[in-house]
Parts: sequence; C-alpha cells; structure tokens
Amino acid sequence: MAINSIGDYPEKITDALDKFNGNQLLALDWDDHRGLGGAPSLVALPPGMLFSSVLSDVMPGLFAAHPDWSSIDWKTVKWVLDGQVFEPNVDASLEDNGIEHKSFIRFKTPGLDGFNGSLN
Amino acid sequence: MSAKKRLNMRKRYELLTRGLAWEPTYQPKEKVFPLEQFEGIKIVNWDKWEDPFRLTTDAYWKYQAEKDKKLYAVMDSFAQNDGFMNLTDASYINALKIFIQGVSPIEYQAHRGFAHLARNLSGEGAQIACQMQSIDELRHIQTQIHTVSNYNKYFTGLHEPFHMFDRVWYLSVPKSFIEDGRTAGPFEFIVSISFAFEYLLTNLLFVPFMSGAAHNGDMSTVTFGFSAQSDESRHMTLGLGIIKFLLEQHEDNVPIVQGWIDKHFWRSYRLLSLVSAMQDYMLVESPMSWKEAWKIYFEENAGALFKDLARYGIKMPKYHEVATAEADHLSHQVYGILYAASHAAGFQTQIPTKKKMDWLSEKYPDTFDKYYRPRWELWREMEEKGERFFIGALPLDCQVCQVPMVFTDVVNGNPMEPSYQVSEYKGDKYHTCSEACQDIFEHEPEKYSQALIPPQQIYQGNCGGEAIPDVLDWYHFTDGIGGEYKGSIDETNWKKWHGESAGS
Repeated sequence: MAINSIGDYPEKITDALDKFNGNQLLALDWDDHRGLGGAPSLVALPPGMLFSSVLSDVMPGLFAAHPDWSSIDWKTVKWVLDGQVFEPNVDASLEDNGIEHKSFIRFKTPGLDGFNGSLN
Repeated sequence: MSAKKRLNMRKRYELLTRGLAWEPTYQPKEKVFPLEQFEGIKIVNWDKWEDPFRLTTDAYWKYQAEKDKKLYAVMDSFAQNDGFMNLTDASYINALKIFIQGVSPIEYQAHRGFAHLARNLSGEGAQIACQMQSIDELRHIQTQIHTVSNYNKYFTGLHEPFHMFDRVWYLSVPKSFIEDGRTAGPFEFIVSISFAFEYLLTNLLFVPFMSGAAHNGDMSTVTFGFSAQSDESRHMTLGLGIIKFLLEQHEDNVPIVQGWIDKHFWRSYRLLSLVSAMQDYMLVESPMSWKEAWKIYFEENAGALFKDLARYGIKMPKYHEVATAEADHLSHQVYGILYAASHAAGFQTQIPTKKKMDWLSEKYPDTFDKYYRPRWELWREMEEKGERFFIGALPLDCQVCQVPMVFTDVVNGNPMEPSYQVSEYKGDKYHTCSEACQDIFEHEPEKYSQALIPPQQIYQGNCGGEAIPDVLDWYHFTDGIGGEYKGSIDETNWKKWHGESAGS
C-alpha cells in the first residue's frame, strides 16, 4: 500500500551506496560477546578491500578489547553473511565475497562464550 | 450580591468554543483545512468534541500566572542559597543533561505541533484545546530552560540543548520520535503525542525525572515538575478524550486508530528506553526501578484502560508483551551502550558503585547478577588495567527508533541473543532492532528510508568530518563534557567545592 500523503511523496534513499564517497557500509557483530557494548559495529569500507584486511586491520579495532579475542581459533570461526552461512575467501575483496552495501556479518567463535562464560 | 449573574464555567466554555467559526464561502472547506482528509479519518460531527476541563482563556492565564509565580520564587531561592551544593552528587546532573538535551526540545516541537493542529483541525473545540496545549508546551520549555540555567553555571553539558538535539547521535532518538509525529497528518500526530505518549506513558517520564529530582536534592526541578504536572494531567485527559472522540465518530476510524496506537506506543516505549537507563543508573538515589514503574504505570494502568476501550474494538498495543518482557533488561542494555559510547556524548558515565550494583541486584533478581553484573565486572577489569572501555567504531542504529541495536530476544527466552531484523526496500537493506520497529518500517518504507541515521550521516561526511574530534566540535561539545565521570570536570569541581581532593 502506498503511503498516505497529501500529494506525490518524494522518493529519496538517504543511505544509497553513492553517498558514501566510494565506501560501502558493513555491520559486524560477534555472537555471545555482548560485553563489547551490546550493539553491532558499523564501518565504511571500500568494496575492493580484501577480506584479509578486514580481519587484520578492521576487526581488531572493534573487538580486540575483549579478553577472548586473543584466544580465537580462526580456523573454527563460523561466519554468517546476511543470514546465510558463509565461507569468506580471505584473498578476495568484499565485493567478490558477495558482501554488499549494508551487509551484516555475524561470527561465532566456538568454545568462547564471553567473559566468565556470561556471553558478555 | 451582584445584580448581573455570572456565567457558569460550562456556558463560558461553550461561548468560547462554539459558534465562533463560520462556513467558508469563497473557498471550499477542504481547501481551507487541506490536511483533514488524507489520513482517512472520518469526522461526522465536530460538536461532539468536548474538552473535559472546559478551560476558558481568562481562567487559563490566571492559573498559569499563579503557578509561574510560585515556581520562580523557588528557583530564585534555590539559586541564592547555592541549592546545587545540596545535591546527592554531581553525577546526578547527568540525568538532568538527558532531560534538557532530549526532553525539553520535544516539548518545543510539541508546542509547534499543537499550534499547527490549532490551525488545521476544523472543529472549534479542538482548535481551542490544541491552542492551549501549544501554549502549555511553550511554557514548559521556558520554565525548563530557566530551571536548568542555574545549573549551567556550574556543570557541563547543559548549554545549547537545541543545537545538540538537531545533531547529536543519541538525541536522534527523541528527535526522530517527535519528527515522525510532526511529519504525519494531524490526527496521527494527536494520537501519537496526546494518547500514546502523554496518556499511556507520561508517568514513566515524570516519575524518574521528578521523583528522581526529589530523591537527589534537586528541589528546583521538583518545583518545575509540579508546575507542569497540572498541565500534563489536562493533556492526559485530552488524550483519552481524543481517542474516544475519533472512535465514536465513525467505525472506519477504528482500524486506523489501532494502527497508530500500535506504532506510537512502540515508538514512545523505545524513546523511553533512554529514560530507563537514566532512572536505574544515572540517578544516585532512584525512587523506583524501571521495572517497578513499568508494572504500575503500564501493566496495571494501561490494562484497565484497554479494558475500557475494548467496547470500541480497540486492543492492547501490538508488542506490549515484548515491552513487558523487556522490563527486566532494558535499562541494563541501554545504559551499557551509553557507558561504552559516552566519549562521544554530552554527559558522563561510570561503572555503578557497589551500592548501586547491590540495588540493581535487589530490583532485578532474575537478570542483573546473571547477565549484567558480569558485563560491569568485565568493564571494571578493563578500567583497572587503565583501559577504560569505549566502543571502537560507530554502532549500528535501528532504522526506525534510531537506538543502537542493543536489544535482545527476551520475549522468546533468549536474553543474550540479539533481536535485530533486516528488510529489503528498492534493493537496499534496512536494519531494525526488533520485529516491532521492522513492522513500522515495512508499513511506510518510503518514509523511513529517508531517515537521517547518525552513523550513516557521519560516514557520509555530513557531521563536521569523519574523525570523532571533528564530530564533537560540530556537536559543540567542549573538552571534558563526555566520557568517564571519574576525573571529569564535573567531578573535580564538585570535590573542590566540597573540600575533597579529586579522585578520593
């Protein structure tokens, strides 16, 4: 149903990809680790950035404050991209990994269940 | 005895509100009141509108002038006697910062909104009621500014609330709330503000701020609260009157009104999540917990109200059971993100004191020790290592309520599992914090896809720059206004004034 309005309703996508100066938005959240503030992080990255750079240059700034960070066994990490199980190719770009503007990546680290097992 | 008989109140009200209007002849009525049709609300007879207070203009001015006289006398004596020195602690002022930054500008927008309605509703009774409420709201914002201006001499964060309201990330929560109503039609606005916010939930705003002020030695704010309270009770009665009027006018109005009740209940509730954090964590002495207030003022009061409205076919607001389930978690989740992001805020935060933690355990026996005390212990561990925790990036905000997405799937028994949702609209993704906010988005995606979400605006470069210091400058946040309370300007001054050394 179209929106109720007194006239033609202006169409405007405030956060369209072309507004971010060549970057795209990516949301990231670490499951069972609410102790990092509790909200997912939002970053703006170039679509050509390699996934390996996300791992080495972006994620530590978001998550390394947590004491579990240094214990992550990266081979066992389970990734979910926009609700689908996902195997990132670390040598490929965001774009080539199918990561779109405003995509949402969740990751789970088996065996790590937050500060003193509290999921924080 | 005077020979000339005075008119009674009812007669005077009738003379004021009936028979003053006229049928336009140069233009059709729908062109004179162009906003009255498009929402689909059918008004058969505006004469059925009855203001329960029947307040006339002369009586209105007299009451308000008397209240102002009392209020300003208390404020003067509070200022002259350095009343601020008798607060429980300078950290209490952080609650007042949330009020002046986030609530007062809503009052101003409500003033403008009701003035707009006074012009755009065609019923004379409704015009008068909206005009008076508009003036009330203006009086509230003025008295709030005068009350707080005394504190502004001594504490940070109280300057330029209007500038902050338009720009600061967490203030986009109240801003988007009131602008959602103000950009809707007149009937949706009045259901949003008068019914969903003022009738259903106003006590949840008033109790923490006004009783909270009383418990923390802030007699100035208490007096302002009393002065506003008689207006608020009038607004609440009006809120209920409006709902009944709309429902009685035409049965086609019922589903439209129900949709607005559902939406604006949830919007108001998410807005009040900031208040829950302030109530449970920022007040040094809390009069009652958010959970207790929710039980009394929503579960009990609203339960009775909706029983009364059932005869019109109106049901409890959708997702009310989610809000009730969340009562055990809300303040902890929201204060957590405020704590972790206060380096970019106009107030300071700190880990709760031992006394406060014990109070939280007592008030939240099912959740605090299990889920939230460990979070504070983690952050205390970081602080003790000299690494006071602040988030490393901007948080993802909900596209509708604009609160960072901290909420969890409490209603299904998964309190540590996020409740976020995603929708697609015209090829783009939109993230919302909950099914309730997702419903609101999907009902009017044309509207919410236009929202100015603060992290997105920062990344677009529209907020003074991408680096935090640039954004803070753009907010007009001076150094030391936010971040950790311990060692802040406010704490340091407070200790100096009380002859204690900083950090003791």
